[in-house]
Amino acid sequence: MARSTPEIPNASMADIAFLLLTFFLVTTTINNDKGLSIGLPPPPDPNKNEEVKMQEKNIFKIQVNSSDALLVEGEPMEDVSGLKEMIIKFVKNKGVDPASSESPEKAIVSFKTDRGTSHKRFVEILDIIQGAYYDIYAEQAGVTNKEFREAASQLADPEKKAIYERGKKDYPMNISIAEPTKVGN
Amino acid sequence: MSKFKKKAEVKQEIPTSSMPDVVFMLLFFFMVTTEMRKSSIEVKQQIPKAAQLRKLERKTLVANLYIGQPTEAKFGTEEKIQANDAFISTEDIIRWVNEEKSKLAEAEREQLTIAIKGDKDAKRGIIADVETELRKGNARKVLYTAADNAGAKKN
Repeated sequence: MARSTPEIPNASMADIAFLLLTFFLVTTTINNDKGLSIGLPPPPDPNKNEEVKMQEKNIFKIQVNSSDALLVEGEPMEDVSGLKEMIIKFVKNKGVDPASSESPEKAIVSFKTDRGTSHKRFVEILDIIQGAYYDIYAEQAGVTNKEFREAASQLADPEKKAIYERGKKDYPMNISIAEPTKVGN
Repeated sequence: MSKFKKKAEVKQEIPTSSMPDVVFMLLFFFMVTTEMRKSSIEVKQQIPKAAQLRKLERKTLVANLYIGQPTEAKFGTEEKIQANDAFISTEDIIRWVNEEKSKLAEAEREQLTIAIKGDKDAKRGIIADVETELRKGNARKVLYTAADNAGAKKN
């Protein structure tokens, strides 16, 4: 008995697929999980006096006030483009200039903001400080800044980990983000 | 005489028979990558820009905190912290951190990263308060979410 094989018309399949595709295209939000990563210090111990004396010359002071104005080492700064070079020079000083840092281990970049400082300004300055360190690391590891940062997020890979460790050697990222002052709120 | 013969007429049609396959492939890609947001974000979110971005190693180890002015006027103009689908106060952060940690496997709890998605106009004060609480709650890995501005400006 000859049986006619039933067929489903599939001319509209492409249309349906397009419709679904457009739906998912529109609703998809590619998660942006990128940013500036920092490690916070452990909580302050009330039993211990945390007062640590640091030599003034080993601290690179960056202050931002409530109206987002910048003070670098006591001097007001309008244009931030030279800040990164200043930090690199400070960290890599190694006692050459007696008024600057003694060694990369002792060098600390202190970043103090006000409660009224905008998050945008905070991220901008933190970006520059971290950029200075990443530039040093990348140079030491012999890769580009971008390659170094990529390696830093793939530490499971032994090859990447080697790059990361070679870059970070002798240069701890001493960024101190101080408790904000309370002038503006 | 002419060495170059005119080429034979070639059909100028693009084969479309594989188009549904291509479309389906795209479709599956977006179906898989789509994440339906469980909660809508009720605070302003204009993420600041930065160049020195780091990717997160493991997305499952991330908990998001959204900080900014509420988008709806009825919640006032003061900056608020949103975790999951509700506004929380700074005092609740330790509890929230512990909740997030309990969702993870024992060995991974210390690796929890808090992504602070701060609006660019958010003030440093509230974010610093959050940081203080995170230190107390022992969730010390923090990521300030930022958009990439590489190429836009060299610094």
